[in-house]
Parts: sequence; structure tokens; C-alpha cells
Amino acid sequence: MLAILTTIAISILAFVIIQLPPGDYITAYIAQMSGSGSYVSEQEAQALREQYGLNRPMYVQYVRWMGLVARGNFGMALEWGRPVADVIGDRLWLTMIVSLSAIVVTWVLALPIGIYSAVRQYSAGDYVATLLGFIGLAVPSFMLALVIMYFGFTLFNVNVGGLFSPGFAEAPWSLAKAWDLTLHLPLPALILGFAGTAQLIRILRANLLDELRKPYVVTARARGLSERRVILKYPVRVALNPFVSTIGYLLPYVVSGSIIVSLVLGLPTVGPLLLRALVAQDMFLAGTIVLLLGVMTVVGTFLSDLLLLWIDPRIRVEGRR
Amino acid sequence: MDRSAHPRGGTAIATLAPEAPAIAVGAVAEERVSVATQWQLMWWRFRRHRLAMTGAVIVLLAYAVVIFADFLAYADPLASEAQRSLLRPQPIRWFDEGRFAPHVYGFSGRRDPMTFKRVYTPDPAKKLPVTLFARGFEYRLLGLVPTDRHLFGVADARAEETLFLLGTDEQGRDLWSRLMYGTRTSLTIGLVGVTLSLVLGVALGGVSGLYGGTVDTVIQRVIEIVRSIPTIPLWMGLAAALPNDWTILQVYFAITLIISLIGWTELARVVRGRFLSLREEEFIMAAELAGSGQTRIIVSHMVPSFLSHIIAATTLAIPTMIISETSLSFLGLGLRPPAISWGVLLQQAQNIQSLAISPWLLMPAIPVTVVILALNFMGDGLRDAADPYA
Repeated sequence: MLAILTTIAISILAFVIIQLPPGDYITAYIAQMSGSGSYVSEQEAQALREQYGLNRPMYVQYVRWMGLVARGNFGMALEWGRPVADVIGDRLWLTMIVSLSAIVVTWVLALPIGIYSAVRQYSAGDYVATLLGFIGLAVPSFMLALVIMYFGFTLFNVNVGGLFSPGFAEAPWSLAKAWDLTLHLPLPALILGFAGTAQLIRILRANLLDELRKPYVVTARARGLSERRVILKYPVRVALNPFVSTIGYLLPYVVSGSIIVSLVLGLPTVGPLLLRALVAQDMFLAGTIVLLLGVMTVVGTFLSDLLLLWIDPRIRVEGRR
Repeated sequence: MDRSAHPRGGTAIATLAPEAPAIAVGAVAEERVSVATQWQLMWWRFRRHRLAMTGAVIVLLAYAVVIFADFLAYADPLASEAQRSLLRPQPIRWFDEGRFAPHVYGFSGRRDPMTFKRVYTPDPAKKLPVTLFARGFEYRLLGLVPTDRHLFGVADARAEETLFLLGTDEQGRDLWSRLMYGTRTSLTIGLVGVTLSLVLGVALGGVSGLYGGTVDTVIQRVIEIVRSIPTIPLWMGLAAALPNDWTILQVYFAITLIISLIGWTELARVVRGRFLSLREEEFIMAAELAGSGQTRIIVSHMVPSFLSHIIAATTLAIPTMIISETSLSFLGLGLRPPAISWGVLLQQAQNIQSLAISPWLLMPAIPVTVVILALNFMGDGLRDAADPYA
């Protein structure tokens, strides 16, 4: 339910973004035509406006636009002279892959480090984790990307940017290309996931510390369960719930971050495209990207809610009541 | 939040007193605790949180830079000169023939005929003394007092032409001075933005917590929706729509507004939570029974007891604002030159080419990180101190 409301809200926002700049599609079209030497008369412009319904009230235009979008027609990307869907192409999938791998990295790193931090509280490792956590909190991902890029260049003389090796960038999809992508993925994923990892470690550590003090843990230990079982079997499982529910806010955050990190690292995601579209006031392209990113995030959040429902029996019980 | 990192809780009051010298001292201290005002208790607790205190000191220093940016800068931040583009940071030499006499070397620059890069060679024969309270460009101290004194500068020479503590950018502008001005812009944006967010957050969170019911549900849903939208693309869209012919000031306020539109949700959540829990408290019921009106209850009973929480939440919201502005300006959609902010400064270090040639342009990343960390520590400490009776 909320997911639907959010989607509607996002679509309205995307539409507002399309409408915000002065002038409309036709003004932009005329500017483009006169740029290439041809001329559009006032009557023609008027006819075009009529045809595209641009002289109708705002909400009618919105509904029309939504109707087009629902049929997969996102309009034309003016600057490119091609349909928006064509221009975006693979980039949306790549954005999704990068974001998802960032979340996977976040989890894979945060889970063991968080458990270690809680079980060995105040150990050297715990302090290192806490320190990293604070740095992750304070360093915006794009700055991290810049710094890593700098050190990659000066120390190892490699350009760490991009998602593909030069040979594969324009090549059609193949197993070799997918493998190439897999090799390039970890670094951007790590950069994107760093802040989230830091946060998750803190959350998991705090939750687990609370759990570890509970009587049932003492009981389990008193009964002679191995330390590994005492910790992993119950407390970790309970402390894990907030972990899953964090995808809900981790995902918007990571998607946001991917835009700006992509620009720094030169990843072929929708990020650079969005920036270019905005600078060129190519509003259909920009609006569509905002819309698709938003919807993608909502779907992801929704899936994480389902996952949470599956993991945590308590929520299922509460929901039934 | 991770409370266990700084053990406090129930032992806090007891440990305020030194434990060794007998019971009498303990009793005195206990009395001191029991008559202390709420704010005193909070201060005592905050003081014990060493990271937070360090953070607070750094934040104070940073805001001192905001106030005295033009005094701390020694060169006009907009004075560009192609003849000194991309100068490396210049070391200050503190001693001259065994005596303490800070000075820098003069330099000569020429263009390398092979690479077309400008090369600079320091000239040890030309020693330029660095002095305190030197004369430089004119400005108004605190916006009032016209003066041309700066914290330091070069005696008998224009600082613009001779002193480059952090090097220069592509247009030959002094990075140190620009950093001072950038700090001013970025940190005030944080403050103004957070004020706007605070107004929105307190209003909506207050209404939500006070009235409950349908209003509450609607506002909570709105908050959830706002939080589930990826912010950067949205900001980018809004920021890109700002007309190109706007003045620096107009853009500044528009950007602040855009940033604060997202940042209010967390504040609203805190305010609502406080309202909800306070509504159940006995002293509120007592006030109600004594016939206090709703306004009076809110203003003189509820607000004082959650003010500290709001201050803490506000402090924690400032770093987000600063990062947002920095990101937007970094993308070229936020503040635009000639405005100077951390993001605008970092924009020059955007690609690997410029990083490789002039790594010092990445320098503004350090103050960004330090200030944001400091604000986070301070906010953490404030949040822990916000409820001194816990």
C-alpha cells in the first residue's frame, strides 16, 4: 500500500522536475531545430503544442504522461534524438547491479565485523571497527572515491574507474563481458557500501551487546553449549532483524550515492546520464531516470519487507492480530 | 545508538564524586548532584564524554573560521592570475640562519616548452618574511569594521603574489584563502538548512505527536515516503531547475531550501516521539488537572523537557546538510562559482587528470571530514547527555 503511494509521490516529483524549467518540450524542440538550421513557425509550434497536449491543464498533462509511461513510452531524449528508453538501455541494469552489490558487500562485511565487535568488546579489533565506522559516517562516498582513485593512480599506477575493461565497454553481452564486470565490481561496491557498512556494524554491535546480556545466553552457556553455538544460534539471529529492515533505508541511500560515485569513477550507470540530461535540460530523460530510480528503490524496499516477514516470526504474529 | 562504548548509565551520578576520600565528600557531591539544575547535570555528563568534548572544540573552532574567514584568509579568494596557476603548496621556513624568522622563498615560473605545464622554481635568495597582522586586501571585520589587517601575510609584498600555503588552483587563486571562505559558506548553509528543517520538523512532528489519530498516520506516511526516495537524484533535478541568471544569494537560499526539504524527517520523528512519551507523564497530567491550557502545557512543561533532545538531533542533522551541499556543488548543480564552498573547491579535483597533476586540490576533503566527524561526535555526546536522569 505504502509502496504504491510512494510510487505515485515519486512520479509526481519526477513530473514536477520535468515541468520546472521555464518553457516546455516544444520550446526545447524549437531551440534544437533552430540550432541545426531549420525553422519552426509560430503556427507549427502551436499545432505541436496542441498535438502533445501541452496547452492543457497540468494534471491532464500529468495523467497523459503517466499513461505514456505505463505503456513504456518515456518520450524523446532531445539531446540524443532517440527515445529515452533507448538511451537509458543497459545503464539502469548496471545501476541496479552496482547498488545491489554494494548492499551485498555491506552485509558480508558488517555481519562478521559486527559480531566480532560485540563479542570482543573493547578489544583492539573493536576499536578499529569503531574508528572505521566513524570514518564511514563522516566521509561522503564521492570523497572516498576520489581519495581511492588518487592512491590507485599514484601508488599502483592504475586507473580504478569504470565497470569494464576498454575492450568490453562497447561489446555485446557475453560470458566474458559478464566476468569482466564481476572483476570490476568490487571496488565501486566497496566505496558505495562503506558508509552503510559502518552504520550496520554499529547497529549490529549495539543490538548484539543487548542480547548477549540476557539471561537466556547465560543459561545456554551454563548448559555447556559451545561458545560458537551460544552466540550464533540465538543472539545473532535476534540481532539480525534490524539488519534486514535496514535495506529499507540503505537502498535509497546507496542508489543516491551510486549517482555521484559513478560520476567520479566513470561508471556507465544512469548517474552521468542524469547529470548530463539535467545540465542540458533534457527533461524527459531526467524525469524518467528519477522516476525509474525511485521505483527501483521502492520495489527493493518492498522486497526487503517481505524478507523481514519471512525471517522474523514475531512480525508475522503481530500482523495476524 | 551504541551506549556501551562510554559506560555511564546508572553509575554516572556516583562517579561524579571522587571515591577515595571518605563518605563526607561523597555526601557533599551527592548533595551537589541533587540540587543541580537539569542543564548542569547535562553539562557534567557531556563533559565526561571526551570525544564529544573534542568534537565540540573543533566545531567551535570551525565556526570561528566562519566568523573570521576574511581575517584568516590573506589573499583575495577571487584574485585569479594565470601566471601562478597550479602552484604547489609552499612550505614556510621557520628559521633563518639559526634565528626564528619565518619566511617563504620567492619563485619564478615559466612554461615548460615540452609539456606546456607551468614549472615553478623557488628562489632561495629571495626571502620574504611572513608576519602576523599583515596588511592585505580590504574587508569589513564582522561585516562592520573596515580594515585591511589579516592574521598573517607577507611584509612588504602583496600576499596574493607571494604566499601560497596550500598552493593555488588552475586560475591561480590561493587555496588557503578560498578554503577559509568555503568553510564560511558550507558551514552557514548547514546552520540555515538545519534551522529550516527544524521549523518543519518541529511543526509537523509536534502536530503528529500532539493530535495523534489520522493526522499522525498521514504525517508518518509522508515521512516514510520522503525517506524512501533516493535523495540525490531528486535534489539534482530540483537544483538543476534553478534559473541560470540568479544571483549567488538567491541560489544559496534555494539550495538551502532544497536540502532542508529532505532533512526534516528525522527531526520530526524525534519531536513526535518525545511528545508521545511526555503525554503519558504524570507531571503533564498534573498540569492538566491543575487547569493549565494546552499552550501553557506545551510551552512551559513539555518544551523544556525535550529541548535538549531537539538540540542533540539538530546537531546530528547538520553534517547531513553539509554533505548534501558539498555533493550538490561538487556535481556543479549546487552553488556555482564565483560562490566558494567546500563542494565548489572539491569540484576542481573531480577527475584523475587534475588529481594526478595537482593533488593538493583534494585538500578541502580534510576539513570536510574533520568537521563532519566533530559534529557527529558532539551530537552523539549531546544525545547521551540529553537525558541526565536516565
